[in-house]
Amino acid sequence: MKESLLKENTATAKTAIFEVRGLTKVYGMGEVEVHALRGVDMDLYEGELVVLLGPSGSGKSTLLNIIGGLDGPSSGTVTYMSKNLTLATDRELTEYRRRHVGFVFQFYNLIPSLTAKENVSIVTEIAENPMDPADALAIVGLSERKDHFPAQLSGGEQQRVAIARAIAKNPSVLLCDEPTGALDSETGIVVLEALDRVNRELGTTTALITHNMDIASMADRVIHLKAGHISEVLINSEKLSPGELVW
Amino acid sequence: MSSLSSLNKKLFRDLWRMKGQALAIILVVACGVATYVMSISTYDSLETTRTGFNREYRFADIFASLKRAPESLTARLSEIPGIERIETRVVAPVTVDIEGFEDPVTGLVSSLPDRGEPLLNNLYLRSGRFLEPGRDNEVLLNEAFAKSHKIKPGESITITVNGRQQQLLVVGIALSPEHIFQISPTAFYPDFKRYGVMWMNRSAISTAYNMEGAFNDVVISLSGERSEEEVLERLDLILEPYGSRGGYGREYQLSHRYLTEELKGLQKMATVYPVIFLGVAAFLLNVVMTRMISTEREQIAILKAFGYDNLEVGYLYFKLVLIISAIGLAIGIYAGVWLGENLSNLYMEFYRFPYLNYVLRPSVVIISCLISLLAAISGTLLAVRRAVKLSPAVAMRPEPPVSYRATFIERLGLQSFISQPGRMILRHLERRPVKSLMTVVGIAFGCAIMVMGTCFGDAIDYMIDVEFNISRHDDLIVSFIEPTSGSALNELKSLEGVFHAEPFRSVPVKLVNGHKSYRTTLEGTSNENRLSTLLDQDLKKIELPPEGIVLTEHLGKLLGVRPGDRLTIEVLEGERPIKEAQVAALVKQFVGVSAYMEIDALARFMREGSAISGVRLTFDPTYRADIYSRLKDMPRVAGSLAREDALQNFNNAMAEQIYIFIFFIISLATIIAFGVVYNSARIALAERQRELGSLRVLGYTRGEVSYILLGELAILTLLAIPLGFIIGRGLAKYIIDSMQTELYRIPLVIESDTYALSALVVLIAAVISGIIVREKLDHLDLVEVLKTKE
Repeated sequence: MKESLLKENTATAKTAIFEVRGLTKVYGMGEVEVHALRGVDMDLYEGELVVLLGPSGSGKSTLLNIIGGLDGPSSGTVTYMSKNLTLATDRELTEYRRRHVGFVFQFYNLIPSLTAKENVSIVTEIAENPMDPADALAIVGLSERKDHFPAQLSGGEQQRVAIARAIAKNPSVLLCDEPTGALDSETGIVVLEALDRVNRELGTTTALITHNMDIASMADRVIHLKAGHISEVLINSEKLSPGELVW
Repeated sequence: MSSLSSLNKKLFRDLWRMKGQALAIILVVACGVATYVMSISTYDSLETTRTGFNREYRFADIFASLKRAPESLTARLSEIPGIERIETRVVAPVTVDIEGFEDPVTGLVSSLPDRGEPLLNNLYLRSGRFLEPGRDNEVLLNEAFAKSHKIKPGESITITVNGRQQQLLVVGIALSPEHIFQISPTAFYPDFKRYGVMWMNRSAISTAYNMEGAFNDVVISLSGERSEEEVLERLDLILEPYGSRGGYGREYQLSHRYLTEELKGLQKMATVYPVIFLGVAAFLLNVVMTRMISTEREQIAILKAFGYDNLEVGYLYFKLVLIISAIGLAIGIYAGVWLGENLSNLYMEFYRFPYLNYVLRPSVVIISCLISLLAAISGTLLAVRRAVKLSPAVAMRPEPPVSYRATFIERLGLQSFISQPGRMILRHLERRPVKSLMTVVGIAFGCAIMVMGTCFGDAIDYMIDVEFNISRHDDLIVSFIEPTSGSALNELKSLEGVFHAEPFRSVPVKLVNGHKSYRTTLEGTSNENRLSTLLDQDLKKIELPPEGIVLTEHLGKLLGVRPGDRLTIEVLEGERPIKEAQVAALVKQFVGVSAYMEIDALARFMREGSAISGVRLTFDPTYRADIYSRLKDMPRVAGSLAREDALQNFNNAMAEQIYIFIFFIISLATIIAFGVVYNSARIALAERQRELGSLRVLGYTRGEVSYILLGELAILTLLAIPLGFIIGRGLAKYIIDSMQTELYRIPLVIESDTYALSALVVLIAAVISGIIVREKLDHLDLVEVLKTKE
């Protein structure tokens, strides 16, 4: 599998900003040990949109969390721009997240007591080179709704606020964990369009987790995970735009 | 960009959202701080006022009374090194006739210099004017006495000095540092109606008391060049031939000593209560913050995922607590000052200070701030640490479902008796034993503070019962001006209406054990006496031994002696004999610090016959007026005190003093009890909203869902109440132990009424909190509940 991955590498001829090697993760759940990752090797290249596809329990979220510096592996390494994240201290990981990573979660995770715009500001206030929160909301098409509280927004709108929040700091990488998982297909497509637009216009490397095969068609590459392994990596020669997706 | 950062906006909106809970914490913190500020500032104010009054009105340092000495002796006394000022006086015991008041009234007339202010113990004039020189029919009355009889300047009173009646014009009402606490030397507690201090011109009282060219009392202030002991030694040496009972310093001056003891009791209450209140506030803050932060663990995870570091997140919550405590602190200080001023004024009237300097030391405010801050930090630090310790990925996942299991009751095979919701309640409680325990402890503290505050009423009732019903059976105590022969007893016995009379002898003594000594009275009484009994711990009668001395328990503690130890008795009157005696027993007494001896043994020790100092008697109430009027005609009778009046005096003297304080404490305790219970209910709601919402979606009715939540609250409350009783008893014991003074020892007695009242307050708080929570539950937004993830 490593070989095939290397082949992809030469094929795309792009710089790898993440290099994942031999990653394992074991959770102790009471008396049972859960092997979430069993040795994953993977690269992410600058500017690409990758879909991580797999059934629930295949380890995709764990992988994404470790790449995003939210969690540490049991063994193996993750290198970001030649910096070994697995050796980083808590403080360095915080710094890494603050500067480089944007997250989008399945359940949006907005702060309920802040308006849409304030939910974006909460990130821009600590970022080094952020965009204007209003611009970020404009990119996801929510300029009109910027003063609404999460409870006043639909699920799709909340998720788009979450995307605006994630991109507003101009991150190097956007990590999305089932961003459409809680949405109907119509709304989901609007959200995916926002992500696609960010990827195209800002060139932000985007990793998107889903268990929905249909979404995979919009990716540059599709990485299949199964029971903690990478089972297959596919390159989409013809990307579909989110608007063309049907599920 | 607006001036407030988004994080601060979140802070203020969160604060607004939790306003009910925040208000409860604010009130608890405010109560803690208010108690502290109120108590300490009241104590400081009284102490400062007293010190100021003493200094300004030149309260003497040394006092001595004697039989009679020529005025020429003053020159010799002034030569004693270390003396700053000296003033000789004539002090005369008198009986007073007040129109419309039947009871015998005694008093003390103290001389003022014929011209000019007294050098020492100057008077503060409350109303009227000072004495005119050369007027021998003018008198100034002490305020407490004048007020109790509503005597105003311009009215007259009749006094009897040396058997001669004299009508006097009251020209003014005054206060003296010497008699702030106006009390008869033979009484345990003040009786403003039956004992009064008065002042007359020196020449007038000298003439009336046959003391022309002589004096029988001297007061001295020290320059500081010599120690009090040195001066006292020289003074006693000079005065001894003139019948002195020995000089004594301020610490033995009756009014000063009693006031010191009273203030000591107040000071102890003032330190112990706030410590407990603020402790509870800190505990509550801790519980609430821990719970609140744990319900926000996802939000904390998000902030961390976006690169906020632990310090920034911690600071956010710290600020929240800081705002809450700051508001509580501000309210507390403001309320504390207001209460303190009012309480000080009440005490000022109670203690008859001429004026009051309300003192709020900056250190009190600073300490309040520090303590609240400490409570806030300790409350938040642990909770925030726990929250930020989790890696964001873990925090963002729903808390792993803790393994529920069948509860103890179910394992016993009783599950068929418990409904499904009932099982949910029990399992929830058992799943989180620590959390449940914290809630129980929190509510228990609310209950405990009520018990602690209210139990003083029981203690005072018990003291009254023991002092006035179990150990005293007389109707009246008659005391004589001087030790009198046994014939006086027969005279009293023969009065019409008197059932029974028993004599007693009381002697001023100094008890010495090593370097510890104490001035008190030694009372001689007989084992045959029925009207007054000495009781042990278990309220059983103590028999006086044929030899040896029996001490009040507290006196034993002060002198460091136990039964079997020996001590020295120095008599301070008559031939002033000295002897060693064995301590035979310690007697349980809540009031005063007396010593007792068998009356015949005392007579042998005093080398006197059947001298008696007074008589206890019972009489037929229908003859009351007759007996009183006969007593007034007996020149040897110094005074008399009926049991019911004594009880009244006791209530006025100590019960009121304590009740004033307790009233404030109970009000604050009620607020705390409510604050704790309400917070527990709100936290339970916040934690289980989603679960209960899901049940509603599944078709449970509002009532059924409320039952699950409120049932849990009910169980916790019911568990907390008995625990609160135990904690309350412990706290009460701690306070009462620290409040032992020479004036009184409050026993630890808690009646079931007190427990019931405390439980009731907690239950009412629980019901009201339950209603509020129920209201919120009824308006649960079911769709919203399902939209967010667990």
